[in-house]
This record gives sequence, structure tokens and C-alpha cells, in this order.
Amino acid sequence: MKKTAFGLFAAITVLLMIWGFYQAIYVAPVDAMQGEVYRIIFYHVPSASVAFLFFALNLIGSIWFLTAHYVRWEQGLLGGVSFPAPLGFVMRTRWKLGAWMLGSGREQAADALAVASAEVGVVFCTIVLLTGPLWARRAWGIWWTWDARLTTTLVLWLIYVSYLLLRRFAAGPQMQTLAAVLGIFGALDVPIVYMSNRWWRTQHPAPVFGGDSDAGMDPAMVHPFLWNMLAWLVWGLLILVLRYFVERKSQKYAAQQAQEALNA
Amino acid sequence: MPRALWTHLVKDLRIEWRSLDALISMLFFSGLVVVLFSIAFDPRGEFAQRIAGGVLCVATMFASVSALNQSWAREIRHQVLDAQRMAPSPGAELFFAKVLANFLFVTIVQVVLAPFFFVFYNLHIAGQAWLLALVLPLGTWALVSNGIFFAALSIRTRNRELLLSLILFPIFIPALLAMVQATTAILTGESDPNLWIKLLFGYDIIFTTVSLLLFDFVFHAE
Repeated sequence: MKKTAFGLFAAITVLLMIWGFYQAIYVAPVDAMQGEVYRIIFYHVPSASVAFLFFALNLIGSIWFLTAHYVRWEQGLLGGVSFPAPLGFVMRTRWKLGAWMLGSGREQAADALAVASAEVGVVFCTIVLLTGPLWARRAWGIWWTWDARLTTTLVLWLIYVSYLLLRRFAAGPQMQTLAAVLGIFGALDVPIVYMSNRWWRTQHPAPVFGGDSDAGMDPAMVHPFLWNMLAWLVWGLLILVLRYFVERKSQKYAAQQAQEALNA
Repeated sequence: MPRALWTHLVKDLRIEWRSLDALISMLFFSGLVVVLFSIAFDPRGEFAQRIAGGVLCVATMFASVSALNQSWAREIRHQVLDAQRMAPSPGAELFFAKVLANFLFVTIVQVVLAPFFFVFYNLHIAGQAWLLALVLPLGTWALVSNGIFFAALSIRTRNRELLLSLILFPIFIPALLAMVQATTAILTGESDPNLWIKLLFGYDIIFTTVSLLLFDFVFHAE
């Protein structure tokens, strides 16, 4: 049942991707100012949105993992202490919440979500960083500029690559804690990087949607754009889910190996 | 001042006073970076004025990495780190003591390096010189507090020496940008460094707070 549902999801994704491609290349009209090259927006912007969404998922997974850890630690430390009534109620509620967050492998699931979203996010961020210069070379005449959004995306990419490196170089359960801490640090850094670069210099086009009054897209382009947003989002989720299950499997395998080593 | 923090701080300062390991290696290394940059870029006149701030900050950054690594690596010998993890004192105090000690070391390096810097790059300060006494400590604090945190994090891994730079530098980028921009603004006197000083303040406050809050997770991770 699960496999059928997943296969259906994958099939719908592929159809959406084909439909999105058709819309982007054949249906959307040529841009009056930029010509054909503007069509990169159908890939660039959806990839960026998906990358940012997945880095946010990484933050959620990291916070979940650390919170569950913390509450377990606190309960281990203070579990035997009897608190006065109101405080005792607060503590018991916290521990119940912690038990739920830890329970039935949710803590490991949070870690799997964190690693899967970081990896897939880095891939999408790479696509953004590749398609951006392709467009900029035509539109601006240069491949790259140290503008707020470009620099932020590049730093974001660097941070999450370093996150993946940390996961590679550290081992065992402590790696999960260290990675969760770094995930929180990385997410904190993003707004600061963005602000600092905005004060520095900005060349990236102002937001096309929700920007100034003269911003916006021709209605004939909006539909292809939205189709591509949907297609790339669903495609990203498909890869994310696949990567998540692979990580869960390898976690279970590692746990099984550890158990066998103990029993031997 | 909490007692554990004081004990750790005095211990770290005493070790450094007796060996001078971190200071000497940092001084020599940052001096080398300054010389290498001068050879690579041939700084003269206006150009020297423009890149000096960046060179100083990057030189400090590279030099401090070795000291930051050493700061935890010396605790590994004789299982000192494990003993400290079992000690009933908050890890945050140990962290803060190490930040204070290394902040002092890096500041000393900067103070000693500054005259050479002015000589090699023929600098003159066109802006308000006293602001440098605000910018450099703020930037150094950002570097050292994040650096000590990530050194504690990467000390538990393979490739620890390399990993510290790989993790620290991306996170440090906004602070480095602010530090370089502020220093350059002061040296050239062309723009106002206030915005960058504010950014450094904000960065320091945010990251020091988060480091203090999350340090126990890293310290007791298993």
C-alpha cells in the first residue's frame, strides 16, 4: 500500500515536471526586454524557494532533536525531586512533551529529517548558484557580483556544506548532537548575512512578486511560473522523502549492528 | 565572578604564560601573512590604505585558528576533558573562561602586530582612530567566541584541525565583512563605520548568548 502510494506520488511528480517544462519553454511568451534567457526564472526561483524551505526544515529537525535531548537530560537530573504543585505540573508537562518527542524513534526521525533536508537543500542551492550566473551573464554582462542575495545564497551553501562535512567527520550518536547545534548556528547566521550584505551592496533584481508597483509578471507568464513552482516543490519533496527513508534505514542498520556487537 | 570561571581562566593564563605557545605561533603566523600579502599585492599609496583593513582581519583570523585548536587539544591529554565533563560545574563557565583567555591572546597579537602593519603598508588613519579600539575588540570577540565554540565541537571529530576552519569561516563571514568594512572606513575616512560597528555588536551578542546556551550540548555530547 505504502509502495503503491509512493509510486503514484512519483508518477504524478514526473507528469508535473513534464507539464512544467512544456509550460516554461513552449507556453510562456518571450520576454520583451530580456528575450529567451528570462526562462531561467522558471528554474532559478523555484529551486531557491525549495532550498530555503528545506534549510528551514533542517532547523526544525535540529531544534526537535536538541529539545528532546535536553528534556531527557533534565528529567534524568531532576526526575526524583518533588516540586511544589505549580512548578511540578510544569515540569511533568515538559517531561511528557519530551517523552513524546523522543518516543517511537521520533528523535532519530528528526535527525534523519535534518540530514535529508540539508543534503537535498544543498543540491537545490547548487542549482540556484549555477543558473544565476548563466542568466546574469546575459542580463548584466557579468557572471557574478557580490550582491546581497547572491552572497547570502553562497554563504548559505557554504554553511550547509560545512554541516554535511561535520556529519561526515564526526561519528556515532554524538555526531547527531553536534550537527543539530551547527544547524541552529547556521540558521541564525542567515538573516545576519543577509542584512550585512544589503547594507553592503545590492544588484539582484528587486522581488518580481510583491515588489514595487512596476514589478510583476505578465499574466501569460504567471501560470507557467506557478506550475513550475509546484512541479519543483513536489520533485524536491519526492527526493527528500526518498533520502529520509534511506537515512532511517541506515540508522536502523547501525543500531542493529551495535546491538549485535554487544551480544557477540 | 563565578569561581569555576576564575579557576579556568587563571589556569589557561598560567599555561600560556609558562609556554607562550599560542602567542608566539600566532604572532609569527600573522606576521607571515602580512608579509605574504604585501609580496602578493604590492601595496602602495591609496591601494595599501584600502586593503590594509582586510589583510589585518584575515591575518588575525588565520592565526587564531591554531590557538583555538590548541586551547582544547591540550585538555585531551591525560583525559582532562573527560574529568571536566564529570566535574559538577557548568560547562558554560569553562567555555567563557577559554573565550576570555584567547580574546586576551589575540588582542595582544593585534597590538604587537599593528606597528609593523603601519610600517609595511605606510598607513595613516584618515578617519577617527579611536574607533579602531572598538572595532578590533568587537571583531576579535566574534572570532574567538565562535572559534572556541566550534573548536569544542570539532575536537570530537576526525580531521579536527581542518574541520574548525571549515565550520568557523562560513559562520564568521558577516562579522568578517563588518570588521573589514569598519576598519577600511576608519583607515580611509571615506565612509561612516557606525553601521558596521552596530552589526558587530549585534553579532557578538547573538552568538555569544547562543554559544553559552548550547555549549553544554556540545560539551556533553555522546
